[in-house]
Amino acid sequence: MSSTRDWLLTDAPSSRRQAAWGRRYRRWLQFRTNGLAMFGLTVAVILILGAVFAPLLAPQNPGAQNLAMRLAPPSAQHWLGTDELGRDLFSRLLYGGRVTLGMVVAVVILVAPIGLLVGSVAGYAGGWADRVLMRVTDVFLAVPQLILALAFVSALKPGITSAVIAIALTAWPPYARQARADTLTIRHSDFIAAARLTGASGTRIVLHHIIPLCLSSMIVRMTLSMSGIILTAAGLGFLGMGAQPPMPEWGTMIATSRAFILAQWWVPAIPGIAIFVASLAFNLLGDGLRDVLDPRQR
Amino acid sequence: MRRIKSLSETLSSVLVTLFGLAVVTFMIGRVVPIDPTIAIVGDHAPPDVVAAARLQLGLDKPLPVQFLIYVQHLLHGDLGRSVMSSHPVTQDIAQYFPATVELATTAIIIAMLIGIPLGVLAAARQGSRFDQLVRVISLGGQSVPVFVLGLVALLVFYVKLGWAPGTGQQDVLFDGTVPRVTGMLVVDAALNGDWDATSDALAHLALPALVLAFFSLSTITRMTRAFMLDALGGEYIVTARAKGLSGTRILWRHGFGNIAVPLITVLALAYAGLLEGAVLTEVIFSWPGIGQYLTVSLLNADMNAVLGATLVIGAVYVGLNMLADLAYRLFDPRVR
Amino acid sequence: MLVRMDNLRVGFRTPQGVSEAVRGVSLTVGQEKLGIVGESGSGKSLTARSILRLLPGSATVTADKLEFDGIDVLSAREGALRRIRGKRAGLIMQDPKYSLNPVMTAGAQIAEAWRAHKGGSRRQATKAAIDLLAQVRIRDPARVAGLYPHELSGGMGQRVMIAMMLAPDPELLIADEPTSALDATVQADILRLIEDLVAKRGMGLMLISHDLPLVSHFCDRVLVMYAGRVVEEVKAADLHRAKHPYTRGLLECLPSLVKPKPQLSVLKRDPAWSAPQ
Repeated sequence: MSSTRDWLLTDAPSSRRQAAWGRRYRRWLQFRTNGLAMFGLTVAVILILGAVFAPLLAPQNPGAQNLAMRLAPPSAQHWLGTDELGRDLFSRLLYGGRVTLGMVVAVVILVAPIGLLVGSVAGYAGGWADRVLMRVTDVFLAVPQLILALAFVSALKPGITSAVIAIALTAWPPYARQARADTLTIRHSDFIAAARLTGASGTRIVLHHIIPLCLSSMIVRMTLSMSGIILTAAGLGFLGMGAQPPMPEWGTMIATSRAFILAQWWVPAIPGIAIFVASLAFNLLGDGLRDVLDPRQR
Repeated sequence: MRRIKSLSETLSSVLVTLFGLAVVTFMIGRVVPIDPTIAIVGDHAPPDVVAAARLQLGLDKPLPVQFLIYVQHLLHGDLGRSVMSSHPVTQDIAQYFPATVELATTAIIIAMLIGIPLGVLAAARQGSRFDQLVRVISLGGQSVPVFVLGLVALLVFYVKLGWAPGTGQQDVLFDGTVPRVTGMLVVDAALNGDWDATSDALAHLALPALVLAFFSLSTITRMTRAFMLDALGGEYIVTARAKGLSGTRILWRHGFGNIAVPLITVLALAYAGLLEGAVLTEVIFSWPGIGQYLTVSLLNADMNAVLGATLVIGAVYVGLNMLADLAYRLFDPRVR
Repeated sequence: MLVRMDNLRVGFRTPQGVSEAVRGVSLTVGQEKLGIVGESGSGKSLTARSILRLLPGSATVTADKLEFDGIDVLSAREGALRRIRGKRAGLIMQDPKYSLNPVMTAGAQIAEAWRAHKGGSRRQATKAAIDLLAQVRIRDPARVAGLYPHELSGGMGQRVMIAMMLAPDPELLIADEPTSALDATVQADILRLIEDLVAKRGMGLMLISHDLPLVSHFCDRVLVMYAGRVVEEVKAADLHRAKHPYTRGLLECLPSLVKPKPQLSVLKRDPAWSAPQ
């Protein structure tokens, strides 16, 4: 154990691989000292595991109705109580995590590469391409994300797929902005000039030199934007424009049980807490990652 | 001369953005699966009526021509007719928008008055307990869904404690007693000299405004803190200390003095972000603003209304950004 | 003596432990011109700034003695420190582009320093600021007072900085590389200005620089710092008799017009110079 540690922490690494792992390990050591970020990481991992293994963990079928047991308070049988149709809230919460996190992952996978590519191309090419691409991002940035997403969903059809597409369409501009800003700072550095002198093509420079250097700030932005996506997805669900009932999506769950807030407040409150906790976890995690990966952005 | 040039650049970029916005709303309107004619003439209209309506709407023409017509209408302030209210959308928006402005403006003022000092003090004591606390509060604020916060606020302050009046803009008692001038109820009631109605309107405004304020408080606090840290790291702060100035003066005159103008941009952004929060808050508090209008139109697939509201919100955002940019040019000696 | 410093140590906390940047410096400054020479990272700036306790928050400072005119700087309260800073000791920094506040006019920044220690009305302060600008030989002081730092040239900016630090009539002027960021032609002007002002006002001067010939030409006494320690202290006139190999090495690296050498020698560093004592 200690020999691995020494290998990682040595001041004189003998290979590039060792140096790279050493750097990662040092970052991890730094990250570990941040209690809030570790809390965020732990919660995020629990949420992801809960979502992945929901079919194994859920005590009951999330769709099974039991009208005799409507709006039951938390008990041994129903850990978090039941909703207005007598469905087990804990099971619905677990399955809801699948929906929410699934949407988040889908959006990020769609958006991050597009944003990265648009931004780095705009930043590296400059001139016309830059101006056109940045105007396009301006247009998309000009309307608050939720409102633009609402307009898109209304044109498509309310549902998860439309919600993912709509959020993706509205979520890429900040990535492009960030990648462009990073590219602009990297572009004028000497090693890019050196690469150009050795005859590297523009494509090669963007793919091999610029994009790898944008990655760490991209990871930070991705983590931080995840909480925003969770909130937008929940907002869409709450307004009836995202996941449709009876699908157990957290925002939709609040919308359908909103009327019971006076008497059975825990029914809408539990998915509300879930959204808050998930969003907070990614925010804390992203904040901690930023300290480690991208200190100049603090 | 240089100022005029950069000013015209700002204006042209604003125009390009607005044009792009029109393209986006137009495109959304075209990909809609519901045939807009059906929405007007109804599901069971005879084919010749449908065809006539199509002709009247210009839907038989090629897309670019349709777009030109769309833009022409926009320039005349014509956003089409709302199917639901059967009024022109422009008229509907004029009806609903002031309530949103009232709500969002109150919220941003509250958020500013709390957020800026919090951010400045957190930066001044970077790493302290206070800084940590501010960090947690603002991260928490960023993580709370505004509709959950609204529901909780209603539950606690209206249902349990009874401190706040219920939802809506005013008590039924005052319904229709306040003549409409600005559309902002608090202002109108005050203009009318009706103090009971004013205080009632204020009481109704307080809770949704606070919920919305919390929504943007975190952004404002975090940005203020980040800007301040940057400013406080400057060499001119060492100079100010070497001059023997007091801590307060260094912090506010030299630190904050350097970020005040850039902060205007943040505030403009935050205000636009509030319009987003306003949609959800208005639904929770039954606030008769543009967010309420937008969601009701959405549920009724009233596309003209949805796109009109989207366009107006986008235009407001662009306008705010332009104002921030102008303020920057006017007040910041570095740009001037 | 204005400044007495005994065994000053300045450290920075890092994840790998405390790293000491100043390791036991002792010195005194009176009404004289003291030069401190050293390369980047030798601790000369930190040493000078500790006198006013103007170090970054992450630094830890200890000393057996650190006094300004008998006042213990390390234990002094913020209020007592503020009566030293600016009022009794001024600090001129390297680059006016960064050390002047970009959103305040030159006049306002000078007037602020004047008012902070002398009180008086805004109008009096503005008048004093213009007067001070004239003293640092700015030709059109009333106009320059209304300019923002980015509208000033480097030399003008440094004059503004000097005027600002002279405003409360200090007894000691600490100049931290005051000319390194300036053009060569302006450097001489600024140094001559500082020299005149110091002579006229009878101030003590602490000049920090990496330029050994310049300092020896300009000061009465020279301290040579290396790796956080003073390795040599000589009268400026006796510099050629310096004993420490580092100082000797530096002197030999200089090109000479009188005795040109075919090849300049290169400084060879001995780890023993920075070894703990």
